[in-house]
Amino acid sequence: MVWQEIGGWGFDPFTEFRRLQREMNRLFEEFEGIEEAEPAVNVWSSKNDLVITAEVPGVAPEDLRVHVQDDVFTLEGERKAEDPGEGVVVHRAERASGRFARSIRLPYPVDHDRVTAKYRNGILTVTLPRSEASKPRQIAVTTD
Amino acid sequence: MSVRKEEKAVEKKGAAPAVELTRDQPVFAPATDIYERDDAVVVVCDMPGVDDKHVDITLEDGVLTILGYADTSAPSDHELVYRGYEPGTFRRAFTLGAEVDPDKIRAKIVNGVLRVELGKTERAQPRKIPVQTE
Repeated sequence: MVWQEIGGWGFDPFTEFRRLQREMNRLFEEFEGIEEAEPAVNVWSSKNDLVITAEVPGVAPEDLRVHVQDDVFTLEGERKAEDPGEGVVVHRAERASGRFARSIRLPYPVDHDRVTAKYRNGILTVTLPRSEASKPRQIAVTTD
Repeated sequence: MSVRKEEKAVEKKGAAPAVELTRDQPVFAPATDIYERDDAVVVVCDMPGVDDKHVDITLEDGVLTILGYADTSAPSDHELVYRGYEPGTFRRAFTLGAEVDPDKIRAKIVNGVLRVELGKTERAQPRKIPVQTE
C-alpha cells in the first residue's frame, strides 16, 4: 500500500514535529503560540472501511463540512469565538477559534454515497466504506 | 522550539501534579478561557470526547479542579493507521481570586466544551453607592 502525502498523511517530519509540539503544549500547560489551524485526527482502518475521528470541540454540527473528492477527504469548519460581553475581564484566552480545514489522501477509493458522519461530544466520526472495486479479491487456487 | 521554551517546559514538568491519577491514561491540560464578570467567574474548557457523566468539578479552599475523562474506546475491529491525537484525561486546577458562593456554581458541557459559572458572594461583588444631593 502506498501512503501519499497531503496535509499530514503518512510520515512527514514537519507534520510530525508540529504534532509533537502540540502534544508537548498540551502536556505542559504551555499555551503560547498554540494555533490549531487544523483539527487533530485519528485514522482507523479495517478490511471494509476507514474511520476518521477528529477533535472539534465547540463546533456546532451545522458548521462542519465533510466532503470526499476522488480520494481526498476534506474536513472544513468554523469555530465561532464566544463573545464574553461588555465590561468583562479576560484572565485567559487559550481556546482557538476561526476557520479550519484539513485534507487527507485516502489509501484506497471509497464509496462516496455511503460515507456517514456523526458528531458527539466534540468528536466527529466519519465512516468511509471501501469501494467494492478496490477490495482485495481472493483468488481460488485450483489444481488440475 | 527555542531554548527558553524548553527551559520552561522542564520547569513545568517538575512542578507537575502532586496528585497522581489512578487511571493509566495520558493526562492533558485542556485549553481554557477564563473571564470575570461583576457577578461571576466563568471558566470554559475544551474537552473533546467528554460527556456530562464523565466530568468531576470540585472547589476546595479556593482551588477549582476540573477533571474530564474522554471516551477512549476505539472503533471495533479497526487498526489505527494514523494518530494525530490521543484521548485521555483532562485535568486542570485554578486558584480563584474572587470569593465564590458554593450555592451559585453551575456547570454544563455541550459539544465537548465545559462551561463552569461560579457566582461570587454578595460581599465580593462591586457595590454601587448612590450619591445624593440636597
